[in-house]
Amino acid sequence: MTTIYLLTPLLCLFGAIVAGFLGHIVGRKGAHWMTILMVLGAFILSVLVYKDVQAGNIYNGALYTWGLSGGVSFDVGFLIDELSATMMVVVTFVSLMVHIYTIGYMHEDPAYQRFFAFISLFTFAMLMLVMSNNFLQLFFGWEAVGLVSYLLIGFWHTKETAVFANMKAFLVNRVGDFGFLLGIAGVLYLFGSLDYATVFAQAPNAQGALAQTPFGEVKWLTVICLLLFVGAMGKSAQVPLHVWLPDSMEGPTPISALIHAATMVTAGIFMVARMSPLYELSEVALSAILIIGATTAIFMALIGLVQNDIKRVVAYSTLSQLGYMTVALGASAYEIAIFHLGTHAFFKALLFLGAGSVIIAMHHEQDMRKMGGLKAIMPITYITMFIGSLALAGIPPFAGFFSKDMIIESVHASDLFGATYAYYAVLLGVFVTAFYSFRLMFMTFHGKNRADEHMQHGLKESPGVVTWPLILLAIPSVIAGWLFFEPVLKGNYFGSSITVLAQHDTVAQVAEVLHGSGMGLIGNTVLHAFVTPPFWLALAGIGFAVYCYLINPSVPAKIAQRFAPITRMLENKYWVDNVFQKIFADGSVSLGKGLSRYIDSGLIDGGIVNGSARVIGGLSTWLRQWQSGFVYHYAFAMIIGLVALIGWAIWA
Amino acid sequence: MIPLSHYLALSAVLFALSIIGIFLNRKNLLIILMSIELLLLAVNINFVAFSHFLGDLGGQVFVFFILTVAAAEAAIGLAILIVLFRNRQTINVTDLDSLKG
Amino acid sequence: MTFIQLTFYFFAAICVLAAMAVVTIKNPVKAALFLVLAFVGAAGVWLTLQAEFLAIVLILVYVGAVMVLFLFVVMMLDIDLAAMRAGFTRYLPYGLAIAALLVAQLVFVFNGSFSSADFPAPPLDLPADYSNTKALGMIIYTDYVLAFEVAALILLVAMLAAIALTHRKRTKPNKAVNPAQQVVVRKEDRLRVVDLASETRVTSQTRGKP
Repeated sequence: MTTIYLLTPLLCLFGAIVAGFLGHIVGRKGAHWMTILMVLGAFILSVLVYKDVQAGNIYNGALYTWGLSGGVSFDVGFLIDELSATMMVVVTFVSLMVHIYTIGYMHEDPAYQRFFAFISLFTFAMLMLVMSNNFLQLFFGWEAVGLVSYLLIGFWHTKETAVFANMKAFLVNRVGDFGFLLGIAGVLYLFGSLDYATVFAQAPNAQGALAQTPFGEVKWLTVICLLLFVGAMGKSAQVPLHVWLPDSMEGPTPISALIHAATMVTAGIFMVARMSPLYELSEVALSAILIIGATTAIFMALIGLVQNDIKRVVAYSTLSQLGYMTVALGASAYEIAIFHLGTHAFFKALLFLGAGSVIIAMHHEQDMRKMGGLKAIMPITYITMFIGSLALAGIPPFAGFFSKDMIIESVHASDLFGATYAYYAVLLGVFVTAFYSFRLMFMTFHGKNRADEHMQHGLKESPGVVTWPLILLAIPSVIAGWLFFEPVLKGNYFGSSITVLAQHDTVAQVAEVLHGSGMGLIGNTVLHAFVTPPFWLALAGIGFAVYCYLINPSVPAKIAQRFAPITRMLENKYWVDNVFQKIFADGSVSLGKGLSRYIDSGLIDGGIVNGSARVIGGLSTWLRQWQSGFVYHYAFAMIIGLVALIGWAIWA
Repeated sequence: MIPLSHYLALSAVLFALSIIGIFLNRKNLLIILMSIELLLLAVNINFVAFSHFLGDLGGQVFVFFILTVAAAEAAIGLAILIVLFRNRQTINVTDLDSLKG
Repeated sequence: MTFIQLTFYFFAAICVLAAMAVVTIKNPVKAALFLVLAFVGAAGVWLTLQAEFLAIVLILVYVGAVMVLFLFVVMMLDIDLAAMRAGFTRYLPYGLAIAALLVAQLVFVFNGSFSSADFPAPPLDLPADYSNTKALGMIIYTDYVLAFEVAALILLVAMLAAIALTHRKRTKPNKAVNPAQQVVVRKEDRLRVVDLASETRVTSQTRGKP
C-alpha cells in the first residue's frame, strides 16, 4: 500500500513536470492527456486507498527522513486514515473534473500547457497536505498550494487586476501563514516533536502549560490553537483575512472551482479537523472559531446579495459556506465540517464550472445584468446549476441540506461562549444563501436576454468537455448527502482520526434527537427539517427571490433605494478592503518610502555608507598634510614620540 | 671614582646634541648622517658603561655589533647620498619629497 | 680628583664640545673632522671604563674608515653651503626645547634609577694578565658566534650594496684598451698583404728626352 500512497501524489507531480517543462514537446494534446491520465490514475488510487481504509487499514509512518536536527526529525510521511482518505477522493475527483473541463474552458489560451502543469502541481501539493503525518509536511503542502494559488490567480499576468489580485492573495495569506508557522513553532516548543501522533498523544498532558502573553497567562494549547487557526483563517478566508478570495476570481474559472472553492480553501477546515485533539482541549480557541466562522457565514452572504458579477456571487457564497464549516469546527462537529466540506466541494465546483460554462457562452462576459433567458439555450448548464443551487440552499434531499442542517443543529446544541450568536447567524445565513443563489439563477437563466445583438448571435450550449464534468458533479451534489449522512452521523465514519471530548459532543446530541421516530435516520432528518426553521427559511429565501426577480422585478431596486446606506455598505464590502488598502497597503508603502528616504537613503546611505567614506576622506585630507614627504618631518615625529614615550614611562 | 650617572649624563647630552643636529641641519643630509653616528655613539657609551658597572661583557659585544651595523649603515647611506646627488644635483632634504602622500 | 676622574672629564669635555661643533659648524669638512674628534673623546671615555678593545676599534673603524669615507664623500660632492644653512636659526629654539626636554627626562631617569648605591663602581684592579680583547674574543667566538657571522655577512652585503649603488657604466667614449683583446689578437686582424704591380725601371732614353 505504501507504494500506492506514494504514487498518488507523485503521479500528479509527474504530470505537472511533463506538462510544465516538456509542454512544448508534448504539445497541447499531449499536455492535457498526460495530466488527465495522471490525475485519473491518482483518483483511482485514491478510491483504492479509500476502500482499503474502509476495510480498516490505517497507515501512519514516515517514508523518508528529510532532516535530523537537535533530536527532532523532519520526515516525509503519510497518515492515511478515514479523514485523509476522504479528502484524497474529494480532491482527486474534483481535480479530475476540472482537468477535463479545462480543455473546453482554456482551449483558446496560448499558455494551455502551463495551466495544466499548474493544476496538476496543485493536486500534488494538496494531496501532500492532506496525506501528511507531520506538521512540517503539512506546512509544505500548505505553502505549495498557496504558491500555485498565487500563480493561477495571476495566470493572465498581463491583466492588471489579476496581478493585483494575486499579490493581494499572496500577501493576505502571508499574514495567515505567519500565524500558522508560529503555531507550528509553538507545537515544536511545547511537544518537541512535529509528528501528529506524538503531539496528539502528549496533548492531554500539556494542558497545564501556561504561556506568558500580553494578555496575561494563557494556556499554551490555546495559544497554539489560535495561532494555527490564524493560518486557517488565511487559507480558508475567514473574516478578517477573507479579502483575497473574492479578488481571486480574477483567475480562470476552473481555478476558482478547484482551488478557491472546492479544495485549497478547505485546507484550513481540514487542518482544524485534523488538529481536533488539540482544539478539543481549548474552549477559548473553539469559541473564537465559532464566532469568527459565524461572522464570516452571515456577513459574507449578505455581500453576495448585491454582487452582479456571476463569479463573485459564487465567491461570496463560498466565503459564507466556509464560515459554516468553521462554525461546525467551533461547535466540535468536526465530522460535520468535513462532511459539509465534501458536499460543498461538489456543488460549489459544480456552480463555478456552471458559471464558467455561462461565461464561455457569453464570451467571457461576467456581468449578470447582461445575461438572462439562457435557460432555453443552455439546458444542461441550467439544470446542473439548478441542482447545485438547491444543494447550496439546503433543500432536501440535496447534498447541502444534510450537511448544513447538521451544522445548524450542532451549533444549536453547543453551549460554548458565542454559540447563541453563531446559531442565529447561521440561521439567518440560510435565508440569505437561498435568496442570492436563486437571484443568480433567475438573473442568468430566466427573464429576457439582456445581452447585446452581437453577443446573442453566438450563444450556444458549451461543448461536451464542459458539460460532462457538470453532469458528473451534479450526481454527487444530489446523492453525496444521504449517501454519507448516516455513517457520518452515527457510524463513527471518521474513526480515530477525529477526537471529540464527551462534553463537546454536539453531533451525538443531534443524532440522539434524530433517532426518535422509526423512519430511519435519513427519513427522520428530512421529516425533522419540516419542523425546524432552516428549511422554512431556505424556502422563504427562494420564494422571495422568485418574487423579486420573476414576478415583480422592480422590487430589488426599491429595496436598495429604501435601505441605501446598507446597500452602500454591502457594495463596499463593509469597507474592509478600503481600510486594509488604506492602513496596511498604503501604510506600508508610505512606511517603506519613509524608511527608504530617511533610514536607507538618509541614515544608512548618507550617514553610515557615504558618511564613513566622507569622514575617512576628510580625515585623510587632513592627515595627508602630515605626510609631507620630508624625511626630517618624520624624524621629528619620531623624536616627539620618543619624548612622549619616555614621559609616559616616567610618570606612569 | 666616577659614578655611573656621569656616563649616562654624558650619553644623554650627546644624544640630545645629535637630535639638535638633526633639527638644525635639516637640509644637509650629510650632517644628518653624522648626527646619526653621534646618536649611535651615545647609545654605545651607555652600553659600555653598563657593561663595566654590571661586570658583564655582553654589553661590549653589543657595542661591537652596533659598530658593525653603523659602519654598514654609513657605507650604504653615503652610497645612497652619492646616487642621489648624481641624479638630482643636490643633497638638500627639502627637495626630497617624493614620499609625499 | 684622581687621575682617572681627570681623564674622564677631559675626554667627556672633548666629546661634548666636538659634538656641539659637529652640529653647528657650517663647513661639512670641518664637521666631519670634529666628528672624528668626538669619537676620539668617546674612545678616551671608554678607556676609563676598561673597554680597551672597543676604544681601539672605535678609533680604527670610525676614525680610520668611516670618517674617511665621509670626508671623501664631502669632497666629491659639490654642495651649495649657503642654501644648506637657510633656516638654521629658525629651528634652533625648537631643537633646543626638544633636546632640553629629552635631557631632562633622561637625567631624571638616570639619576632616579641608576644611583651609585644601586650600581657600585666595580674594582679597577684587574689582574695583570687580564686582557679585555681576549675576554671579548672568548665570548664573541663562542656565545655570539652566530651573531658574529651574521654581522660579517651584513658588512659584505653593505659593501656589495654600496658598490652596486655607486658603480656606473662609463657612457663617454674612452680610449682604454681591453687587454684580453690584445692578447688574443692574430696576425690576420692587423696585417694585410697587398699585391702591387711592380714599377718599371726608368730608362736612360726616356730620361734624356725632354
